[in-house]
Amino acid sequence: MSNSMDDVAKQAQAFFIIGSNTTEQHPVFGAMLRQAVKQRGAKLIVADPRKIDITEFATLHLRHKPGTDIALLNGLMHIILEKGWEDKSFIDERTENFDEFKATVIQYPPEKVAEITRIPVEKLYEAAEILASCKPMAVIWAMGITQHIVGVRNVMDLANLQMMLGNMGKPGGGVNPLRGQNNVQGACDMGGLPNVYPAYQPVTSPEVIEKFAKAWGLRTKDELGKMKDEEKEFIPNPSREAFILSDKVGLTVTEMMPGILEGRIKSLYILGEDPVMSDPDTKHIRHCLEKLDFLLLQEIFPSETAAYADVLLPGATFAEKTGTFTNTERRVQMVRQAIEPLGDSKPDWWIISQLAKKLMVRISDRVQKEAAHAGWEFKDTAEIMFEINAVTPSYGGITHARLETGERLQWPCPSADHPGTLILHTKQFTRGKGKFMPIDHVPPAEKPDDNYPMIMSTGRVLYHWHGGQMTRRAKGLMEVYGQALVEVNPDDAVKIGLNGKNILRITSRRGSIEAKAWVTDRVPPGMVYANFHFPEASANELTHASLDPVAKIPEYKVTAVKVELV
Amino acid sequence: MVNIKINGKDIQVKDGMTVLQAAQEAGITIPTLCDHRDLEAFGGCRLCVVDVKGWRTPMASCTMPVNEGMEVETHSPAIEKSRKTILELFMSNYHDSGYQDGQKEETQFMHWVKHYGLDVKASMSPKPRHIVNSDANPFVFVDLNKCIQCTRCVRACADIQGRFVWSMAERGFDTHPVAGADTDMLDARCESCGACVAYCPTGALDNKMSIGAGKPDKLVMTTCTYCGVGCQFELNIKDGKVIRVTSTEKAPVNGNHLCVKGRYGYDFIHHPDRLVKPKVRRYLLEGKRKEDIREQRVEHSKTNPLISNSPISSPWDWVDVTWDKALDIVADKFADTRSKFGADTLGFLTSAKCLNEENYLMNKLARQVIGTNNIDHCARL
Repeated sequence: MSNSMDDVAKQAQAFFIIGSNTTEQHPVFGAMLRQAVKQRGAKLIVADPRKIDITEFATLHLRHKPGTDIALLNGLMHIILEKGWEDKSFIDERTENFDEFKATVIQYPPEKVAEITRIPVEKLYEAAEILASCKPMAVIWAMGITQHIVGVRNVMDLANLQMMLGNMGKPGGGVNPLRGQNNVQGACDMGGLPNVYPAYQPVTSPEVIEKFAKAWGLRTKDELGKMKDEEKEFIPNPSREAFILSDKVGLTVTEMMPGILEGRIKSLYILGEDPVMSDPDTKHIRHCLEKLDFLLLQEIFPSETAAYADVLLPGATFAEKTGTFTNTERRVQMVRQAIEPLGDSKPDWWIISQLAKKLMVRISDRVQKEAAHAGWEFKDTAEIMFEINAVTPSYGGITHARLETGERLQWPCPSADHPGTLILHTKQFTRGKGKFMPIDHVPPAEKPDDNYPMIMSTGRVLYHWHGGQMTRRAKGLMEVYGQALVEVNPDDAVKIGLNGKNILRITSRRGSIEAKAWVTDRVPPGMVYANFHFPEASANELTHASLDPVAKIPEYKVTAVKVELV
Repeated sequence: MVNIKINGKDIQVKDGMTVLQAAQEAGITIPTLCDHRDLEAFGGCRLCVVDVKGWRTPMASCTMPVNEGMEVETHSPAIEKSRKTILELFMSNYHDSGYQDGQKEETQFMHWVKHYGLDVKASMSPKPRHIVNSDANPFVFVDLNKCIQCTRCVRACADIQGRFVWSMAERGFDTHPVAGADTDMLDARCESCGACVAYCPTGALDNKMSIGAGKPDKLVMTTCTYCGVGCQFELNIKDGKVIRVTSTEKAPVNGNHLCVKGRYGYDFIHHPDRLVKPKVRRYLLEGKRKEDIREQRVEHSKTNPLISNSPISSPWDWVDVTWDKALDIVADKFADTRSKFGADTLGFLTSAKCLNEENYLMNKLARQVIGTNNIDHCARL
């Protein structure tokens, strides 16, 4: 999030929620938004094909066709320009490339947009007026925006909207993606991505490589070049990669899986993740994992993925270890150990360090041990945090000691005396001027046809979490929501002949599931909604791995399916 | 600013404050039940009454705004006596059926009852008027025999969760909270966030999963493991087990508010399915090659539950080993893959459920020790 949750909830005059089921997926923030609407009359526009719970509090619900977000946004911006509601001084002072962007937006008159999105023209005008007249206005989104082949373009177009209205860098405004997992923000910040080191330092940058080579005790390319031939002879494996940090962007999870079949990936180390449940096209994922030479799975439960593991290491839950999580507003917070790890299970940081030490013995020629952060001897996570401080500019001043004093620390927090950053981009953008990007509508990858005439979208429900390993083992949650339900519109239910029966078979080009129907107008006719919490009826048996070309995120929100009675 | 006098002491407070808030600011504790700083003032229980000079009757301090020159007495003998009478009246309708409640500590109501010297057993109603545990909600235990009609549940649901499940039904002596049109909570669209339980001062609404669990040995404030909002709460620990989650106003993001998963989705922690020993497939101990026995895996996984050691000996059986043995096997495999096929044939999936420190180490392991950028996690999924 560019802004903070309390800032947005207290100061925004209007919220534009697009592709976020906020009250079910970020329930406590969702409740804050309900309070803002109820108690101080903030306006709320929800753009979502489904009638999700928060639409009950909405001033306006735009029920667009799945996969038409860009057309919708361009249409709204078209009206804003037509009416002259854009923030001209912000555009002049803080941004560039407006004219090129404008030329694209002009191509989206309301009538055309109404045809693509199925939102009536008058509703588009109404929405544009609310968005433009309520300042500041905060845009809030989640996976409904990003899980498309145009995920990155969707996000860029939302940034266009907020720059055009001058809502960037201001209290109560901003672009506010809600991060799903408790520490997905932190996993990204800490370099859990194939293209960047911690704090998004590119793996391809020679300066960054040199910095980490120095810190971790690796040789640089230059040093290697200067080595005499006789020195090289002492080194048993003289391939280039044996000594230096790779400057090649690695594979994303959605590339690693098919990479197994191509022989590009031989061994996998999976920490606390369940690809069989969470990745697209389950049958394909199972096939890939089957073909691995070696799979190490570090988990708290024997997950669906465990069937494919060769070694299972018992990790610890959040209640059994101390360290930090970073939430969706970039706020780093303490996690504190409350109980001892169960049985012989160990905190994950301990397991990773032990394995690293054993590997360093086996790959002995690589790391030069005298470097400042070459080693793996950590007494506790506070010590690991010191190393993070040293190599991660945005976390430079975030220590356990400061957090324990109750300081509110949101990155960037580069030094021990820095107070952290509540709102990003207040004076300038990361690149200087904000660049407007001309974005065109692209239809989803998979189109309905005669054989698969309906659209399925996927997501989670309030009572369960992702692949369901934790929540399916929580008794009360199972009592309230004990099996997968597929949302289907009453009109479709009649067409399908659901009368009195309740089990549906949903089939896509990749697979088929059977699940209980929930007949509800939450979904529009022609659309069903399914989740991936239950292995016996997981939506990911049906989804496909069409990826956004930049973010490599799969298009979970649009799958063509056939729905029949069992 | 407004000048007022409380218990003979001159103080200056902000205009618009209530007498209760002014007293709290001056460090004076006035007993309250229906009042809560997070909720709109209600003025229903009358426990917070004070004497205000010039007013004939004691006034509820939680709803009375301060005025210039106001003179307030908070603990005069007459006021203390009327507080005791109020509590006696509440107790005459209160019935405790004798089960061990699911509260973290003594309830606010019991605290004041004992503070004013009432004998609980002697003063409470001899018979229950309502069914104990009257709602089917798996998380919220409803015992209206303990209800004092303070409406904190009604206000918490409406003002904090925005769900409007609770309201008050009937009149006078029969007044009591009902879910929806007097139905079950879940039927009344309850999202089971537990706000009504957290704000209930009497235990009429209680944590069903913790009834009988006892009081905690310690409370540990930590951050929730579910979504990215970053709520904090107290894990209630007894005998090394999590027996309850309680919200606290000290939590920076969420205060007293939580969702159903955060407050009630904790029992996975002690679930018998937890992995508690390092396990390796039997073939790894027997020196067999995976490619020779691949076929048998499918057969094995069909007939065997996920982790139990199977009665028939298959190369795919799980065998418990020491940490040292398990890590040696992994290290050998990874080093072997790396030297045979190159660092880029190893992949690392780190975890959005794990700590920053752990994610940093996974990044360091992949890049420093192995030499590959093949590291990712489920941010896209």
